[in-house]
Amino acid sequence: MPEEVTLTIDGKKITAKIGQSILEAAEENGVYIPHLCALQELHSTGACRVCMVRIDGRYSASCTQPVSDGLQVEVESDELLEIRKMIVEMLFAEGNHFCPCCEKSGNCELQALAYRLGIDSVRFPYQFPQREVDAEHPDVFIDHNRCILCGRCVEASRNADHKTALEFIGRGKNKRLAVTGIVDLDRADKAVSVCPVGAILLKRQAFQVPLGQRRFDHEPIGAEVESRNPEVRTP
Amino acid sequence: MSDPIVTICEHYHRDRSRLMDIVREVQARQGQVSPEAEAVIARELGCKPVEVQSTVSFYAFLSERPVGHIPIRLCNDVVDRMAGAAEVARAFERELGIPMGSVTGDGLFGLHWTPCIGMSDQAPAALIGDLPVTRLRPEDVPELVEILRLSKDPHAIPREVGDGNNAHPLVRSMVHNNIRRSGPVCLSPWPRGEAVHRAAAMDPREILETIGTSGLRGRGGAAFPTGMKWRFAAQAPGARKTVICNADEGEPGTFKDRVLLTEQAGMVVEGMIIAARAIGADEGILYLRGEYEYLRAFLESVLQEYRADGLLGSSIAGLGGFDFDIRIQMGAGAYVCGEETALISSCEGRRGDPRNKPPFPAQKGYLDRPTIVNNVETFCCATRIVLGGAEWFRSLGTESSPGTKLLSVSGDCERPGVYEFEFGTPLSSVLRAVQADDAQALLVGGPSGQFVQEAGFGRTIAFDDLGTAGAVVVFDHSRDLLEIVEQYMEFFCEESCGYCTPCRFGNEVILQIVHRLRTGWGKPEDLDLLRELGQVMRKASRCGLGQTSANPVLSTMDQFPHIYESQIARPRGFDLAAATSQAEALAGHPSRHLEKEGDHA
Repeated sequence: MPEEVTLTIDGKKITAKIGQSILEAAEENGVYIPHLCALQELHSTGACRVCMVRIDGRYSASCTQPVSDGLQVEVESDELLEIRKMIVEMLFAEGNHFCPCCEKSGNCELQALAYRLGIDSVRFPYQFPQREVDAEHPDVFIDHNRCILCGRCVEASRNADHKTALEFIGRGKNKRLAVTGIVDLDRADKAVSVCPVGAILLKRQAFQVPLGQRRFDHEPIGAEVESRNPEVRTP
Repeated sequence: MSDPIVTICEHYHRDRSRLMDIVREVQARQGQVSPEAEAVIARELGCKPVEVQSTVSFYAFLSERPVGHIPIRLCNDVVDRMAGAAEVARAFERELGIPMGSVTGDGLFGLHWTPCIGMSDQAPAALIGDLPVTRLRPEDVPELVEILRLSKDPHAIPREVGDGNNAHPLVRSMVHNNIRRSGPVCLSPWPRGEAVHRAAAMDPREILETIGTSGLRGRGGAAFPTGMKWRFAAQAPGARKTVICNADEGEPGTFKDRVLLTEQAGMVVEGMIIAARAIGADEGILYLRGEYEYLRAFLESVLQEYRADGLLGSSIAGLGGFDFDIRIQMGAGAYVCGEETALISSCEGRRGDPRNKPPFPAQKGYLDRPTIVNNVETFCCATRIVLGGAEWFRSLGTESSPGTKLLSVSGDCERPGVYEFEFGTPLSSVLRAVQADDAQALLVGGPSGQFVQEAGFGRTIAFDDLGTAGAVVVFDHSRDLLEIVEQYMEFFCEESCGYCTPCRFGNEVILQIVHRLRTGWGKPEDLDLLRELGQVMRKASRCGLGQTSANPVLSTMDQFPHIYESQIARPRGFDLAAATSQAEALAGHPSRHLEKEGDHA
């Protein structure tokens, strides 16, 4: 069996390794596909649905779809852009995301994606849900207001930290993150470091990196991916 | 004396994958699965308490808080509401002295709403404990409650048992089959056991060939070619393989699988055995929805009979090496578990979260083994195909949709019940058979299917026209379709697993917008938003639930645009009283300013 396959992304041929997801293959070739739940070193949960693409005409999340030879993948189209925008807007309306008072501002992938996608307002009714801030842990805050239920921390705790210190409970809009007991979660855990938003934060770290010097303050999210491809210019 | 929870865990060999069975037993015994119980279970199974909580908190029939020694679950499906469920609820509230969604002070009764329990043809219905009580009338409630109060046992409820096996000593339920039209495939007698003997004599490839050429497609709604699914699983490498029967029929308005399990259970079992022979499976699971617990003992006895006859167990039909047995896995109230990968998660004792595909179950399913999941009716068809042959099966129905389809018909008609029609039957014929002469709309395939208006009654039941798992709900001209749409959206909000964004949030937004429209506060741009949002949910949701849950809105916007436009056009003033009602409630007195205004008027 060949180790490599060839597929097409927006009309351009790329090569990819067997076992890679469409998202990984695209990134390796300098094509950024917006996403919030997928993270290179973790098993993709496919929860956020921001990374939707069309593969041979069928809609699919690119993070959970493996590459295969001859696939025609559509990443940039008005329709797909609209889907991604709408999903990011949903996340903003669903939780309580107040960027100006959030320690994650500037490092937040949700915020950065909203900027990148040009979202200046949200079409959906804000839900203002009643959610809790869990500050019981000596080193870690869990702020459920900001949780987007992406599953990165749950996945990391289970398969990287081998602890299952975190799990989801409830279903539908009542689904939320739960900790099995503060003793199980350590500040050095991968689960603590992978949150794309400000839902899991280390205590005593606030504003150690000043606003203006943060990850997305000078370059939009995805720029590091696109820098691999000289043909693409980040907007 | 040892802790009963420990005993339950021991009974399941402390097997983490049997967590559903364990928590169900704890729930049945203690009326709840308390955090303390979760901790004991976690300790016994060697997992974290939060994992147990994760499963318990997912299913409607499991609860960390007490739900009452006798939980009374009233069905709030659209059809039950049409039949007067609200009045029945009020009667229960009066008799028990508690509002819906609460438990009596003595802990004896809990009063809860529950979505469709598969009794739409005998609505309004409820589950009292595990016992289905059908055709409830408000005037029956005082006596019912009195009996329950004295006996503390739902089985003490006097009842005339229903027809057929509903009167079986292991069932004894008041449920009726309401079989209105039998067809040649599913609802007619079959020579018990013969199909198994034939399958044992056939080469597995021959069975795959037969099922493949019969053109059989899945009857659960997704219509995937059964032969292809079986072939994938047969070809997948794996020492152990699994055959699962999806008896989690949860689509509102569907109840035909309940009737098959009551009257044709053997045919279902034989279909599973045939599938096992075809793919080389050694383990079978019948996933029975929690609402059908009352059929469990009976189904166990059916399996026992097959074992006694040498048709289940080892060396089936005398064929050395043909070993296959079936266990019943109970669900616990989760519509999404009808999705095959969610169902597999549930069988493994986990939350009923659907999984990412690939890998497909045929490659990596139950406990990572190659697995096929088929609907109850699909297995019945497989049994009949082995008996009658692929050619005969193809002679029924249409070229693209061979065979027959069971329809569960309910709503505004004279003869609700189960009908076996050949594919290709037009809706108009269905309407005649069920005696519905004032139909405004038909909901074909349940809320995840589509609404059809009168001009579409010539359309046919077929995969290339109106594909359906079988629910047909009739709405006459007296019904407010937008109200019905709102109720179905409540259902989807309740049943979304919450895993992916479009389904978790999209259903909520649709519900809110439809509510806004119904109460006169809709804006013209709401209609565009509904359409766009519905399309995004259809394209981007992770499983079939979210991909189809906008259908009540999308299909009524298409078929009945006036029900939306009339809401937008409705002139509305500012309702000052409504706007100030919350503040007045908080203040504890009416607004003085308003009173003054009133004086002047």
